[in-house]
Amino acid sequence: MRIAAILLGSALPFLPMLPASAFTAYVSNEGSNTVTVFDTDTFEVTATIPVGQRPRGIQLTKDGKHLLVAVGDDDTIEIVDTATHEIVGTLPSGPDPELFTLSPDGNLVYIANEDDNMVTIVDLAERAPVGEVQVGVEPEGMGISPDGKILVNTSETTNMAHFIDTETHEIVANVLVDSRPRIAEFKQDGSEVWVSAEIGGTVSVIDPATKEIKKKITFEIPGLRAESIQPVGVRITKDGTKAYVALGPANRIAVIDANTHEVEDYLLVGQRVWQLSFTPDEKYLLGTNGVSNDVSVVDVESGKVVNTVQVGELPWGVTVSEN
Amino acid sequence: MSPETSRREAGFPLSAYLICLQGIVGRELLRFLHQRERFVAALVRPLVWLFIFAAGFRQVLGVSIIPPYTVYVLYEVYITPGLLAMIQLFNGMQSSMSMVYDRETGSMRTLLVSPLPRWFLLSSKLWAGTLVSVVQAYAFLAIAWFWGIEPPLWGYLAVLPALFLSGLMLGALGMLLSSLVRQLENFAGVMNFLIFPMFFASSALYPLWRVRESSPLLYRICELNPFTYAVELIRFALYLRVEPVALAVVFGCTVLFMVGAVLAYDPARGFLARQQHDAGGHP
Repeated sequence: MRIAAILLGSALPFLPMLPASAFTAYVSNEGSNTVTVFDTDTFEVTATIPVGQRPRGIQLTKDGKHLLVAVGDDDTIEIVDTATHEIVGTLPSGPDPELFTLSPDGNLVYIANEDDNMVTIVDLAERAPVGEVQVGVEPEGMGISPDGKILVNTSETTNMAHFIDTETHEIVANVLVDSRPRIAEFKQDGSEVWVSAEIGGTVSVIDPATKEIKKKITFEIPGLRAESIQPVGVRITKDGTKAYVALGPANRIAVIDANTHEVEDYLLVGQRVWQLSFTPDEKYLLGTNGVSNDVSVVDVESGKVVNTVQVGELPWGVTVSEN
Repeated sequence: MSPETSRREAGFPLSAYLICLQGIVGRELLRFLHQRERFVAALVRPLVWLFIFAAGFRQVLGVSIIPPYTVYVLYEVYITPGLLAMIQLFNGMQSSMSMVYDRETGSMRTLLVSPLPRWFLLSSKLWAGTLVSVVQAYAFLAIAWFWGIEPPLWGYLAVLPALFLSGLMLGALGMLLSSLVRQLENFAGVMNFLIFPMFFASSALYPLWRVRESSPLLYRICELNPFTYAVELIRFALYLRVEPVALAVVFGCTVLFMVGAVLAYDPARGFLARQQHDAGGHP
């Protein structure tokens, strides 16, 4: 193990010489009402795009031409052209949109409206709402199954994961999880959906077929009080072997074996790490540090934090484009 | 210096210098190898800081990103360069303590009557002591690696010149002090009045920006403390960077202390002469 680490370590200084495909990362800064754009090869900030009030949820359209930013205090989702960095339109999201997700074909946007306990469904091409689903109090996390048939929404106050049939727009099951569920994330093969509970301090692994909690992942960091461990962002690799959970004010990202559900390591990052995103090649994992106003870069292969990028105030969400 | 001595000095072949250097370094290494307790003690001291002190402070001191770090580091990672410098500080004092001992037992006189120039004898002694401290520092780094303190691999190489330079500075400081201390018993005083203040009033345990937040005066003191620069020189080198200010200060102080030590050990002019004179005057 150590020898492997040494070999890997001695190779590291030469890695920058290899041609790396550069991607572009977009970070929503909740405090400064901007989106920071940086290159994932040089980790230099290339642009700062002013957007609406309180940007949080952030995602790219499937073609990568547009960036969608949920600006909660403006009650809309702004559409930013990724080439010109101009705001080219908005989506009728309903009030206070926080997080949203796209259907696998990229045509529909599912939006959690934190203030009115609703999930709004918007057609991206038409920029028009096509449906609404009444859910629990303070909806937040949005995860969609890889086949697009099931949408999982979490409600922060009701402490539930709502399984919504995307055909009928009906809730087919409610799974009670721990306090303040934040994020729902499906495994790529659709076998599991992971729901993080911020106050409960756990991640529930739910079997979407039976709607039963298979496993509750708990976290323990020597020297830290249990209250400071608040799981929020969850990301699972495409091959379903590794998962990463941002632990908020514990300033750590947990590395989890996604097959055995055992925590393997805790990586020290900045203060109040919130949302996570892989680069498309899964070489790096980016985590937004809300209080320290930066983004930590984790090298997935070596499992080490390798860089830090200064962004705007209160960075919240992050997404990385293929281009 | 009489014309005769300078002629004699000039006449020594290089081999004579080398034999002398080999003798002094050999003696110091032998002493180091035979005093296994000293080696253990030199390692245990920083390890106690690392394993116990740093563990306790893990949560208290959130270390934010300051150069040379590019990522967030745990407190134990932050204090490692400071502990390396601490090893060298203690080693410098210890080897100077051994000089006081040598002087008391008379073996110092054997050394100083060598026909080779005094600056050469003292520098050889200094090099020997520094070499020992560098060995100790690497032993500590090796143990720290298993504790999760993993600087970049090339950093282990880059830190070598930094360790030598800081070792020379602290050794030279010790040598200067040993010329001022009359008896071995007084050395405890040196510990209290020098080692601890130097160690604590530096960037070894806390970043200076944090010191400044709580006490601007202490911050000034830390800034004037050469030990701070030794720590920073080691810290930057370990992460493959050069801190020019630290490099200049450490280099300048090394020269200053060394010149001071050579002058102080000169029986004709220095403190040693006065001490011996005093001792002779009052039997």
